[in-house]
Amino acid sequence: MDMKVAKKKLALKEKYKLLTRDLGWEPSYQKKDDIYPYIKYEGIKIHDWDKWEDPFRLTMDSYWKYQAEKERKFYAIIDAHAQNNGHLNITDARYLSALKIFLQAISPGEYAAGKGFARTGREFPGVGTQVACQMQSIDEIRHAQTQIHALSNYNKFYNGFHAFADARDRMWYCTLPRSFFDDAMSSGPFEFMIAIGFSFEYVLTNLLFVPFMSGAAYNGDMATVTFGFSAQSDEARHMTLGLECIKFMLEQDPDNLPIVQNWIDKWFWRGFRLLGVVGTMMDYMLPKRVMSWREAFEIYGIENGGALFNDLARYGIRPPRGWDDAGKALDHMSHQFMLALYQYNFGTAFHTDIPTEEDMAWLDKKYPTTFNKYYRPRWEHIRKLKEAGTPYKNMGLAKLCQTCQIPTVFTEPDDPTQLTIREVDYKGDKYHFCSEGCQHIFENEPEKYIQAVLPMPQLFQAPLSGDLVAWMNWVGLQNGKDNGDYFGSEDQKNFDAWRDLATRNV
Amino acid sequence: MALTSTKPYVGVPRDTVANFNGKQIVYTYWEQHLLFSTPYLTVVEPGMRFGDYWENVVKPLMQADPDAAGVNLAEVKWTMGKQDFTPNISATLAENGIVHKAQLCFRTPGVNTLLAAA
Ligand SMILES: [Fe+2]
Ligand SMILES: [Fe+2]
Ligand SMILES: [Zn+2]
Repeated sequence: MDMKVAKKKLALKEKYKLLTRDLGWEPSYQKKDDIYPYIKYEGIKIHDWDKWEDPFRLTMDSYWKYQAEKERKFYAIIDAHAQNNGHLNITDARYLSALKIFLQAISPGEYAAGKGFARTGREFPGVGTQVACQMQSIDEIRHAQTQIHALSNYNKFYNGFHAFADARDRMWYCTLPRSFFDDAMSSGPFEFMIAIGFSFEYVLTNLLFVPFMSGAAYNGDMATVTFGFSAQSDEARHMTLGLECIKFMLEQDPDNLPIVQNWIDKWFWRGFRLLGVVGTMMDYMLPKRVMSWREAFEIYGIENGGALFNDLARYGIRPPRGWDDAGKALDHMSHQFMLALYQYNFGTAFHTDIPTEEDMAWLDKKYPTTFNKYYRPRWEHIRKLKEAGTPYKNMGLAKLCQTCQIPTVFTEPDDPTQLTIREVDYKGDKYHFCSEGCQHIFENEPEKYIQAVLPMPQLFQAPLSGDLVAWMNWVGLQNGKDNGDYFGSEDQKNFDAWRDLATRNV
Repeated sequence: MALTSTKPYVGVPRDTVANFNGKQIVYTYWEQHLLFSTPYLTVVEPGMRFGDYWENVVKPLMQADPDAAGVNLAEVKWTMGKQDFTPNISATLAENGIVHKAQLCFRTPGVNTLLAAA
């Protein structure tokens, strides 16, 4: 007689082995090089893929269970937010500009990261690496999705949210994150891991999420806080993957060091430029501010980043090439960025405003050596122009950096009165840059960056041929609704009227 | 190496002068006048006289700055790229050697109302 034997529950370690490492079959009728054709051309040498550590030992089945739990909580809160008119609990509708930029510029980056990790997961031969990349790919798509869902509630009431996908592809300020991710995705798998897994996730994610989510909490935006929390538990895994990857490369072969260092230099600088947008949101777009961009960078960039590079020094890694220039830019970049956004605000799908006296007192307190000296006079003049009925618009469109695609608004590291002007001749054409760092990146791989589709020069080529109205239609910008000064905007009027209805007996 | 790639690769530049319908880009920057966040991107015909470029293209863009009215073209100092440059006002941009995507800078020493003196 057969006896039923209760199935033994697998120990975690065993389960992990079966569900990951054991799936790495040895090919019998195809060559390994044909299955994984992209792992050698970058010059990185790997001798033993089994040395890849996966400290999380997460298997797909537990991953699904865990993520599904988070989804249920997330959508319950998002539904409640919608039903209770959560959009009227924010401090002020000026805050919405930060959300619009987030949706147009950052959420598509999550999606791009999802695509990138799906690809690298396929291109790496190691099973531990494949599984980790696969999970991160799904995470990133989920991040994009939860962000779009959370912010879709604001789209029912306010302008500037509706065309985020077109904006991602076409808006001049969105080409900054887009080119960042396109650059990473058109690199080989190892460079992608340094770009996104290491520089972005490990060195810079905290700077993006912590200040942004606390900004949301300070300003009463529960929808954003919720997607922040839902993503945060994934980030620990992402950061570990990035750090593991870099250590793995450095431990596998000494020849990898100069290649890895070069990528760290490049992606630190690209990431620093990208996060300038976050700094601008922190210093200028939150009605109730949490901390300044400088303070955030001191904690998450200088302290944490400094400790990390000290740790990596034993492999021969030195701090990234742009490190000192970044430090010198801290007291200037958010102001330079914001002044640019304001003067070109006929072309932005979010509102900007001139800082009030109170705002400027705060900025002076946070930037005591620079704000009053360099930036207050410009803002005061801009306010004067507005009060005189001749609001300032800069119709000389912006010169863009060939590498990071940001308008070249930054000054020399040691002289905030001189704009950085850098140009390079390559194959009979001129190329311009915002900084030494961006010029250096170009010069390493000119054939890559000469192809950049820069929105300003494109505007003057067929089919737009300089037609601003056609351009607005193409990017999904509703003139007079999405763009311009916050004060006097439809968003301002609606928010004030609805909040009155919600909080008073009128 | 011009690009890390699996096989030889040649990029296609997007902003060559041939794409601008007979026009070209000229970048012009008023030094130490950072009310204007970046050099002006202007798209003009290479046959335009330099004096007209100044009068009809650059000057209108400068107007938001309180120093604009006091600037006299005859006293302005120019550079093109890294070189000092003395434009011939009655010659065309092309005759002045101003090529596609050239970077012009002009200085008005001592005149910088909105900027703390360095
Ligand atoms: Fe993410
Ligand atoms: Fe992430
Ligand atoms: Zn740049």
